[in-house]
Amino acid sequence: MKNLDPIFCAGLAILSHAALMSPLHAGELSRGAMLSASCEGCHGTDGHSPGSIPSIAGKNADYIKLAMQDFRSGVRKSTVMGRHMKGYTEEEIVLIAEYLGQRK
Amino acid sequence: MNHLSRRKFVGMASAAGAASSVLGWPVLAQAGKTSGRVVIIGGGFGGASCAKYLSRIAPGIDVTLVERDSKFITCPFSNAVLGGLYDMDFITHGYDALQNKHGVTVVHDSATDVDAGAKKIKLAGGGELVYDRLVVSPGIDFKWGSVAGYDEAASEMMPHAWKAGSQTTILRRQLEQMPDGGVVIIAAPKNPFRCPPGPYERASLIAHYLQQAKPKSKILIYDAKNKFSKQPLFEQGWAALYPGMIEWIKESDGGAIEAVDAKAMTVHPTFDDPQKGDVINFIPPQKAGNIAEVAGLTNADGWCTVDQRTFESRVHSDIHVIGDAAVATPMPKSGFAASSQGKVCATAIAASLSGQEMPEPSYVNTCYSLVGPAYGISIAAVYRMQKEGIAGVKGAGGVSPKDESEAFRQDEARYTVGWYKSITSDIWS
Repeated sequence: MKNLDPIFCAGLAILSHAALMSPLHAGELSRGAMLSASCEGCHGTDGHSPGSIPSIAGKNADYIKLAMQDFRSGVRKSTVMGRHMKGYTEEEIVLIAEYLGQRK
Repeated sequence: MNHLSRRKFVGMASAAGAASSVLGWPVLAQAGKTSGRVVIIGGGFGGASCAKYLSRIAPGIDVTLVERDSKFITCPFSNAVLGGLYDMDFITHGYDALQNKHGVTVVHDSATDVDAGAKKIKLAGGGELVYDRLVVSPGIDFKWGSVAGYDEAASEMMPHAWKAGSQTTILRRQLEQMPDGGVVIIAAPKNPFRCPPGPYERASLIAHYLQQAKPKSKILIYDAKNKFSKQPLFEQGWAALYPGMIEWIKESDGGAIEAVDAKAMTVHPTFDDPQKGDVINFIPPQKAGNIAEVAGLTNADGWCTVDQRTFESRVHSDIHVIGDAAVATPMPKSGFAASSQGKVCATAIAASLSGQEMPEPSYVNTCYSLVGPAYGISIAAVYRMQKEGIAGVKGAGGVSPKDESEAFRQDEARYTVGWYKSITSDIWS
């Protein structure tokens, strides 16, 4: 780099910044996405389940949040969801609901 | 190799040349960490998940998946194939969606060497791939010969069927050809091994088949352990569905097998005479898949120690190891756990290559087992990174309740099939 002229280096810096912004899908590198990846194993990518496990896709954030809270408290009976939801804090439940509620 | 991957392949091989001809771009990539080439070895639950989620998180990253086989046959549900509930097609998945829908370059070849210094891998087909980050997800290989007499040749007569495919077919055929009143021996290994509940689900679904086709037959499980995953639930299910058919011999009762004789079709337990089986499913001791060892990534026990936040190897920087090959205790060596690790690893790599901070990792495991076609049980866990490593969140997870209703087991059996369809579609479609 020491042999390059300053104008070229400035150009590089601008390019570097543009490139830094472009390749990431907004929101995909977030706690919401990270937490929701755990849901997608059983409920399918973006909540589209191909089988007997209920889809989350198309549900809004409030519905998803309430379902998770009720599974956690036991108000809503389940086979496995109660066991899962006890592993998430209230804040994490909100992050998951907001993320999955926006997926198409 | 198709047109797309050949183009990328040549591009990678000549990356060093490009540095001098197009001054700036390689320097830029180096300085800004804005894009990158990620090579993933192994297209199973871990590697294929990592590939798909990397392309989803950061489409700018160039992802190449190196997988030996044109189709992947899953171990999950291979026990249901052995029990006659499904055929091999049901557990076979292709790579078209990863390549065409998610922009992953899939190279059907085997990695034969890793040069961690030059950051490139060698392929059996003669080529090389250069990487900025390498993900090694090779699954398991067997410690052939660690039990006297059990080598690769013996596995043709006494199949392990612990990698699904032709071994599954051999074992299924042997069960079909076995006479009524025959003895099936299943030998289960010590921990750690791939799929802790697997041998016991296998005993269950073989029992289901035998009960219908050869009801006078018996299953003996010789175990190198004194307890196993979901044990009370399995034992309760066996008593309910297959009374008297399955006998479990634990390690302290002489369950460990010291030697086998594949020609005589006998296993040699610790305190007993050689036992003859009509069908013998010998599940041998395991280690990380061979390429991990070749790359120098394994510890004295044959597994790969990693930073459990990012799955970066403790041996070589910029190389990550996920799935069964990695030490991620208390996560089990399960396909579902491997997939979760693949997603965490994808997040770590995308963060690193884009110069951003990685969100706090979250890991999960959900494993269903079928005791019978209408009798399912499950185990679940949610994990977080703690100071000492991955730890289960206290108060969460655990196994299905004991003494539940028939309807509950039926629901879980239905969800077992749904779980399989979901996890495989989350990875391969």
